[in-house]
Amino acid sequence: MNVTVNGKRQRIEESCRTLEDLLSRPEWAGKLVIVELNGELAGREVYGETLLSEGDRVELVHFVGGG
Amino acid sequence: MQDPLMIGGVTLTSRLFIGTGKYSRNTLIPEVITRSGSQVITVALRRVDPESSDNIVSHIPSHMTLLPNTSGARTAEEAVRIARLARSAGLGNWVKIEVINDQKYLLPDNTETIRATEILAAEGFVVLPYMSPDLSAALRLKAAGAAAVMPLGAPIGSNRGLQTKELIRILISETNLPVIVDAGIGRPSEAAEAMEMGAAAVLLNTAIATASDPLLMAEAFRDAVAAGRKAYLAGLGPVEETAAASSPLTGFLA
Amino acid sequence: MSFYDTMTRLEQLPYEALWSRYTAEDVKRALRAERVDEEGLMALLSPAAEPYLEEMAQKAHRLTRTHFGHVMQLFTPMYLADYCVNHCTYCSFSSIYDFPRKKLTLEQVAREAETIAATGLRHILILTGESRNDSPAGYVRDCVNVLRRYFASVSIEVNPLSTAEYAELREAGVDGLTLYQEVYHQETYRALHVKGPKRVYRNRLDAPERGCQAGFRSVNIGALLGMYEWRQEALATALHARYLQDKYPECEIGLSTPRFRPYLGEFNPASDVTDRALVQIILAYRLFLPRSGISLSTREPAALRDHLVQLGITKMSAGVSTEVGGHSLEGGTPQFEISDNRSVNEMAEMLRSQGLQPIFKDWDILSEPLGLR
Repeated sequence: MNVTVNGKRQRIEESCRTLEDLLSRPEWAGKLVIVELNGELAGREVYGETLLSEGDRVELVHFVGGG
Repeated sequence: MQDPLMIGGVTLTSRLFIGTGKYSRNTLIPEVITRSGSQVITVALRRVDPESSDNIVSHIPSHMTLLPNTSGARTAEEAVRIARLARSAGLGNWVKIEVINDQKYLLPDNTETIRATEILAAEGFVVLPYMSPDLSAALRLKAAGAAAVMPLGAPIGSNRGLQTKELIRILISETNLPVIVDAGIGRPSEAAEAMEMGAAAVLLNTAIATASDPLLMAEAFRDAVAAGRKAYLAGLGPVEETAAASSPLTGFLA
Repeated sequence: MSFYDTMTRLEQLPYEALWSRYTAEDVKRALRAERVDEEGLMALLSPAAEPYLEEMAQKAHRLTRTHFGHVMQLFTPMYLADYCVNHCTYCSFSSIYDFPRKKLTLEQVAREAETIAATGLRHILILTGESRNDSPAGYVRDCVNVLRRYFASVSIEVNPLSTAEYAELREAGVDGLTLYQEVYHQETYRALHVKGPKRVYRNRLDAPERGCQAGFRSVNIGALLGMYEWRQEALATALHARYLQDKYPECEIGLSTPRFRPYLGEFNPASDVTDRALVQIILAYRLFLPRSGISLSTREPAALRDHLVQLGITKMSAGVSTEVGGHSLEGGTPQFEISDNRSVNEMAEMLRSQGLQPIFKDWDILSEPLGLR
């Protein structure tokens, strides 16, 4: 299925079904991220039960240096 | 001397807030925190870069009050969205609202800032809005529930000092809210001057981060802010008036 | 929160001990301060400030010229009606006095207005006694409709009204409210206001705030100096002004310094307000409230007024009569005696000779409030 992560459209494998699965992919694993799915905030507690669908837009953000 | 600053239910003994941007390496941050004595630190929110693995929060000791900013927001709605995302990280409910439409000078948009403050304060955030020092705007921010106002001394990152001194003075005198001078302060003497005027605190980033020796500069600012605060509390001595004595105005009462 | 809360706090202070507590150092500190706070105000009103009147005067003069320039605004009061249901021990309009009461008809209002307008004045303050039967808000509004043809600014000095009544008068074109508390000290207030609706202290105390809420452009307050210890009364007045100023920044808050004058009855003032005391009060007001208008009435003698124009005063009455119809009709009863009988022209001449420009018209009210149809 195709989803857009941080503005980049990408193809993900069949086994990646939930937000939790997506976040355990090597490029995101171990990072403290905040997730927005289709413009809505997704809390940590719902990662496992939130199913991804074709065309979803996912934003993964985190804290960086700033003034 | 007991002289705490109370904001959003937190008691602060340091009146120096610092930022985490522009450091040559983030591993300097814990030492900057120690040397500055600061208890409030700002961070920004950005998309995660798959290539980089550094996490700014890991450099910030847990006793610090985290002040996420809404940099990047151009409207109240965007600022609200960023603030909610930041809060969901579970690291507190403080937010520095920063709404900037002007990419040349990076001056804040007070109107959008007031709107965002109304929404976020109602949601229970401790809102510290970055603003242009305008009295009506400050009073509206207060009415909207801001915990403090953060007027700029000069444009962000300009290190130009307290260019807006007269306007900040009015905010200090009229708003009855903590006034935290944010942006523009380049030298410890300017931070001290802001504190002498009665500012509740100052927020700095560039001046420390871009110094040749950020750790020493962090100490310099710690001392300057403390000195300025003490001078304010002590009450400044008289400035001699040099005006020539005019003719007596109350001679008729003799 | 109302100013009543502040009054309650003030009345709990141990006054005698407080006033003698201030030292020359406190006065000097207040003189240096960029913004004088409540402590500083008390120091400036205290006995310790008496040797510093000249220093206070120099600073007051400088502040006034900085904020207002070399100008003096002139206005005149116009008495519409002297019917009154109150008995106040110090006032000639008191209901216990038997004299032929008058109330101007709208034609007489026009005649009076014409006479006053011929002097060049464009700011007028209209007054009535308190009588909901004879001079209700509706009557005042009808008069305002006439007066708007002659004057750029019409202010009222009538009995306390409700916010809605004030708003209605503002809609009719009234732009300023003058309302003196007379006495801030509650016990004295009750003693002096023997009978009538004016006895209700709080209704009067909160009326200027209602005026701010109703949207008047300016609200002018004051204590009738001499009715109670003047230091306390001046303190309460100045704090009342700052309270309103802080809460209603869109409204221009002004102060007046009326000093008790002889009248029809035999009331003797409780506190002797000497010229020195009056000067100290005006100077303390100016240093505490650098941007507030301060007005001076013709109760004061001409010679004194001539000196006071340099000490913080920004508004003066001129060509005054305190009788109903006193400008164009015969045989009224003055509310109080005035001491400065100079005409508008004479006042203007005096001001010019002191390097001040007399202002007859400072602004115009738009015929309809902006933003409304």
